[in-house]
Amino acid sequence: MKILILGATSAIAEAVARKIASQHGELFLVARNGQTLEMISQDLIVRGATRVGQAVGDLTFQEKYTEWFEAADHFMKGIDVVLIAHGTLGEQRELEKDPDLAFDIFNVNFISAALLSQAAANYFEKGRRGVIAVLGSVAGDRGRQSNYFYGSAKAGLDQFLEGLRNRMFLSGVSVVTIKPGFVSTPMTAHLRKNFLFANPEVIASGILKAIVKKRDIVYLPWFWKYIMCVIKMIPEFIFKRLKL
Amino acid sequence: MTLKYPSLDWDHTIESWGKYPKSKSIVCSLGSRKQEFSQSVQGVEPELSYLAYGRGRSYGDSCLNDGNVLLSTEKLSRFISLDAQTGILKVEAGVTLKEVLDHIVPQGWFLPVVPGTQFVTIGGAIANDIHGKNHHVAGTFGCHVKSLELLRSDGSRRVCSLTQNQDWFKATVGGLGLTGIIIWAEIQLKKIACPWISRETLRFSHLDRFFEYTLDSDSKFEYTVGWMDCLSQGAQLGRGVFFRGNHLLLKDVSEIKVKSDKIKTFPFNAPEFVLNRFSMKVFNTVYYHTHPSKKAELVHYRPFFFPLDGINHWNRLYGKRGFFQYQCVVPFEGTQSPIYDIIETFARSGLGSFLTVIKTFGQKPSPGLLSFPRPGVTLTLDVPNEGKKTLRVLERLDEKVVEAGGRVYPAKDARMSKESFQNYFPERAEFEKFKDPHFSSSFWRRVT
Repeated sequence: MKILILGATSAIAEAVARKIASQHGELFLVARNGQTLEMISQDLIVRGATRVGQAVGDLTFQEKYTEWFEAADHFMKGIDVVLIAHGTLGEQRELEKDPDLAFDIFNVNFISAALLSQAAANYFEKGRRGVIAVLGSVAGDRGRQSNYFYGSAKAGLDQFLEGLRNRMFLSGVSVVTIKPGFVSTPMTAHLRKNFLFANPEVIASGILKAIVKKRDIVYLPWFWKYIMCVIKMIPEFIFKRLKL
Repeated sequence: MTLKYPSLDWDHTIESWGKYPKSKSIVCSLGSRKQEFSQSVQGVEPELSYLAYGRGRSYGDSCLNDGNVLLSTEKLSRFISLDAQTGILKVEAGVTLKEVLDHIVPQGWFLPVVPGTQFVTIGGAIANDIHGKNHHVAGTFGCHVKSLELLRSDGSRRVCSLTQNQDWFKATVGGLGLTGIIIWAEIQLKKIACPWISRETLRFSHLDRFFEYTLDSDSKFEYTVGWMDCLSQGAQLGRGVFFRGNHLLLKDVSEIKVKSDKIKTFPFNAPEFVLNRFSMKVFNTVYYHTHPSKKAELVHYRPFFFPLDGINHWNRLYGKRGFFQYQCVVPFEGTQSPIYDIIETFARSGLGSFLTVIKTFGQKPSPGLLSFPRPGVTLTLDVPNEGKKTLRVLERLDEKVVEAGGRVYPAKDARMSKESFQNYFPERAEFEKFKDPHFSSSFWRRVT
């Protein structure tokens, strides 16, 4: 598998990359932190990756998008899968007070992820093949007082991907929306863990399976599909009274 | 105990593998091997002490730091390099032996020393200077560590080896995590042809025969270990089953089918009446009689080295109360060995041991200052925690081990007295010079 991973230093992305490396895949990684990227690249090579390329950059810099796709395409002689994995949760209370911070949350979680998906679609369209896998979140399924900035960004992304999937259907390009539940990662390091938390490795296996099977929308682990189904059914006049 | 922790983390109840004692700690995480020490422990009260925590597979309290801070090495999980020519593997300290083996075995390499479980980390293997079934030829894990990086609470980093920062290296190998935190290590791997072990099984009806087998086998077999029924006495004292094996040298056996290693999970803490002297006697007797002597057979390395890894949380068998693992080493001296007296004392004590293992240690010295293995014979007992009675019997064993000039393994201990520790490890005074002043453990506070 030849995969371009955007936001490659995220815990889930790294777990996916490790699995691909052990299957002797080829990887091209993009992330902000060059030092971490270097450590991950070394690790993937030892784990069996055929080759690992990297580019350091902020995923909100749209002017770089074409460059990255070209670099990845050149390095691996083609791309099979694009995985868009970056994101930040933000501190809800601070976001409510600081529009600049809030703007960043939308920019990172929605705007950049959507535009990168579009860039991937443009790249794949000519070849009439490819998989675009994007990390959404169960938080995007319903607005909650505890994280509606992050949640609404993911909701917007969810709908954007729905449209993109529809648009790319006839071109043979798959768009996979991945909705993980709670995952034990640096993003959730401050939260108290309970039985609903899954390890990035478990999520990564699910992501790979979804990519191979070209699924449309997957909840990971699987039980979140049913949890969110119930949560979505709660009428708003009740939901607004809940402390979630 | 209540802990103060500013905005940062919450207190976790932490158990070691023996489920005794229970402890509470703040858990911080080392973000990556390049992260500064101060960054990893941001916001922690300065008077608290630190201890690196891998997978919590030590049996007693040497991996616990009750009321203080544990530094999880979970994220130090990256490989750094593997030299396909020399077989030198450089990995971060939080990588488990399982991850290493899964990766290197298909490439024809093996770890130089493995313990009875592959779920320990590289850092833990060094800090406890673990040993395995090949101690008589290979020595301890520490004998094969080419170099390691030590990060101290003052933020300093040292690359340590037998040629560079030698004193620090010797203190850190077997140093129970008290000299600072091991960030990465270079390990010399050994070449193998395939994942298969050629194993022979020899049943022995008395401890005397074990000594005959082990004397005869240690020069011809790389791996030797005895399982023992420690509840039989008299003419059958120390009867058991002796296993010996070598790596298979053939290459073309890759078609042999490996039973899929579906791991089962022990679902809950067993009620405490399940393991009693009677049920242990039944188990030990059945095990003895179902393992007749067998000529060479092929077994995969996983069941050969890690039979218990097939059941997740097997420690739950002992129930909530947990268990003690007691491992001592005493001088060899053949049939005059003080081990006879120790086994007899235990067999008569009224306690039982579910799994008992006996093995001879070889002459190869470890670089580690506080390393446990010494030339001689080592005995490992798994004893359900039945409170005072158990502690009394183990204390009596301690007296005998001290008398014999032996020692008890700190990595498995949860109860040895200060006095016993001083007797076992006179190297402690020298070790103190290298101990990080801000590092400590429940074990260390107990024995010093």
